Amino acid sequence: MLKIRNLRAVIDGKEILRGINLDIKAGEIHAIMGPNGSGKSTLAAVLAGNEAFEVIEGSVEFNGKDLLDMSPEDRAREGLFLSFQYPVEIPGVSMTNFLRTALNEQKKYRGEEILSASDFLKLMRDRKKLVDMDSDLTNRSVNEGFSGGEKKKNEIFQMAMLNPGLAILDETDSGLDIDALRVVANGVNKLRRPDNATILITHYQRLLDYIVPDKVHVLFKGQIVKSAGKELAVELEKNGYDWIKQEMEA
Amino acid sequence: MASEQDKLLEEVTNREYQYGFHSDIEMDVLPKGLSEEVVAEISRRKGEPEFMLEYRLKAYRNWLKMKVPDWAHLKINEIDFQDIIYYAAPKKKPRLDSMDDVDPELRATFDKLGIPLDEQKILSGIAVDAIIDSVSVKTTFRETLAEKGIIFCSMSEAIKEHSDLVKKYLGSVVPPEDNYFAALNTAVFSDGSFVYIPKGVRCPMELSSYFRINTMNTGQFERTLIIAEEDSYVSYLEGCTAPMRDENQLHAAVVEIVALERAEVKYSTVQNWYPGDKEGKGGIYNFVTKRGLCKGDYSKISWTQVETGSAITWKYPSCVLMGNNSVGEFYSVALTNNFQQADTGTKMIHLGKNTRSLIVSKGISAGRSQNSYRGLVKVSKNADNARNFSQCDSMLLGDKCGAHTFPYLEINNNTAKVEHEATTSKIGEDQIFYCNQRGINTEDAVGLIVNGYVKEVINQLPMEFAVEAQKLLQISLEGSVG
Repeated sequence: MLKIRNLRAVIDGKEILRGINLDIKAGEIHAIMGPNGSGKSTLAAVLAGNEAFEVIEGSVEFNGKDLLDMSPEDRAREGLFLSFQYPVEIPGVSMTNFLRTALNEQKKYRGEEILSASDFLKLMRDRKKLVDMDSDLTNRSVNEGFSGGEKKKNEIFQMAMLNPGLAILDETDSGLDIDALRVVANGVNKLRRPDNATILITHYQRLLDYIVPDKVHVLFKGQIVKSAGKELAVELEKNGYDWIKQEMEA
Repeated sequence: MASEQDKLLEEVTNREYQYGFHSDIEMDVLPKGLSEEVVAEISRRKGEPEFMLEYRLKAYRNWLKMKVPDWAHLKINEIDFQDIIYYAAPKKKPRLDSMDDVDPELRATFDKLGIPLDEQKILSGIAVDAIIDSVSVKTTFRETLAEKGIIFCSMSEAIKEHSDLVKKYLGSVVPPEDNYFAALNTAVFSDGSFVYIPKGVRCPMELSSYFRINTMNTGQFERTLIIAEEDSYVSYLEGCTAPMRDENQLHAAVVEIVALERAEVKYSTVQNWYPGDKEGKGGIYNFVTKRGLCKGDYSKISWTQVETGSAITWKYPSCVLMGNNSVGEFYSVALTNNFQQADTGTKMIHLGKNTRSLIVSKGISAGRSQNSYRGLVKVSKNADNARNFSQCDSMLLGDKCGAHTFPYLEINNNTAKVEHEATTSKIGEDQIFYCNQRGINTEDAVGLIVNGYVKEVINQLPMEFAVEAQKLLQISLEGSVG
């Protein structure tokens, strides 16, 4: 589904991603861990097409297509979803209106039929239940006045609505209390299917108690320096990142 | 609203000003230029009573002594007042009682504009007074309104048929010597709408005027007078368009509202005069004086405006809160793009006790445009317990445009409570990217964000107008982000 080869990206002349290689197949959940500043969020931003970052080398293939060649909206329409670390507030735009516009744009792009108002509302009700989303949040403006936890839940709710092929969750667990974490994790687990995949970007192992990854990668100074099964996360939790740093610098 | 929004987003493909056509209607036109003779000729052609002629001439002589105001944050090319046609009327005089008598070309024009003149076609129940260049051509639903004693007709008719009302109220809110453009308007106005709501009557439908400038080099000077008697209510809408022309055309209207005890008047405008092209060539100069007088206790006047058109906008719909406990409101969206300039805002003059006013102004600047909010809140000595709240927000799209806020306060009573909040924001790249990431392209994202930003104001408009206003905002911003 996703094939990243030697991906290098810079911001303000500083190289943040220094040759990433990663393969993700349908049905898989990958965790990307690493110390602060290792480039985890940059990887998410570059995949989503954030123009603040410049790709200077490498390729990314998404479902056989050249991802880097596409606009951010086309990447979304092709089924790439980013759960933002800091979801953005859009005052005055209702969640309903926002999601309906988004979903319809995606459907139009794929040549699918646009949902009628009543079908859309039915879908919303259904998805809200699935991710345990409070009803009144969808009546409010996009993320406006939401608490940190509500914003994260809202990201998962949008993911449930848009039903992406590949979801990238950028530190979705950070700042969540244990209940909110469980809600988010449940949502991700329920949305898991054989034909979609998830990248979990996280600093802590805690989330991985609820979402079991197929693979764990350690990102360090812009490169993936270690890849293994879920046991790697446990090891990182126990020993921190220092041993990796030492290993790298040795 | 969600489905409307979607439809609007789909509809937006038209990058140019879409009302820029010109219709070939046979017109009765006075030669260019302004003089006492022209003023007298306008009055004569309209068959006005003597008092109007004198009133006009007095205003004209006053105007000669006045100067174009230069205090606004506007760059205005000198206007040659002798190069303007002051009177242009469709030659075929439409009889107002039957649609069949209206020039087919004229009907086609209004069809193109989407203005329903055909009463059967109106589902929304809006009574329309359509004004082309200088003359009111058709007022719909007159009979229905007349049953309730409501008068909704052209100003020319009102002058002839309701001259005591006109005599009593015309110029009572905006006197002829008020300002340069009001004086000019008083001298040469050729038509406009007249509304009279009798005591205790709630007007059962929205009343609407549609203004269009058609003939080249014409100025449009319409005059509107709304009188709401005790305990009455009316909601009035105004829309405007003009053909695309290389030269600037002048529009200098005057609107006066009088609200007596416990009367309420809502006045909404969607202003879409031709703004000029992308290089700033052409467009309408819009110099308008709008003022409402809350004459009676507990009366209320509410202005809502969505300003997207005109090369230059100079406009300050105001409320004089004379009655005790009267209320004035001003909701405004002013959008400028390309080389447009807007200097707009309001004046809230608190004279009575316990008077309240609310100002919500949302400016949006794009391209190389300049957008200014100018507002005065004045509390006079006797206006005990006056309250005002002002919220003035500006949004910038791009870095070549300007947003300015000029709030003025004159408080002469220490029981007054006046609050002013102002914000300036740039449309955030993070907001746009967030939308992009959900599959919404940048242009649609900007439309969505802007419509969210102006929601408070748009919500004040009647439904049909709200939809049109949203569409206009979207169209006006086309190509401004990239």
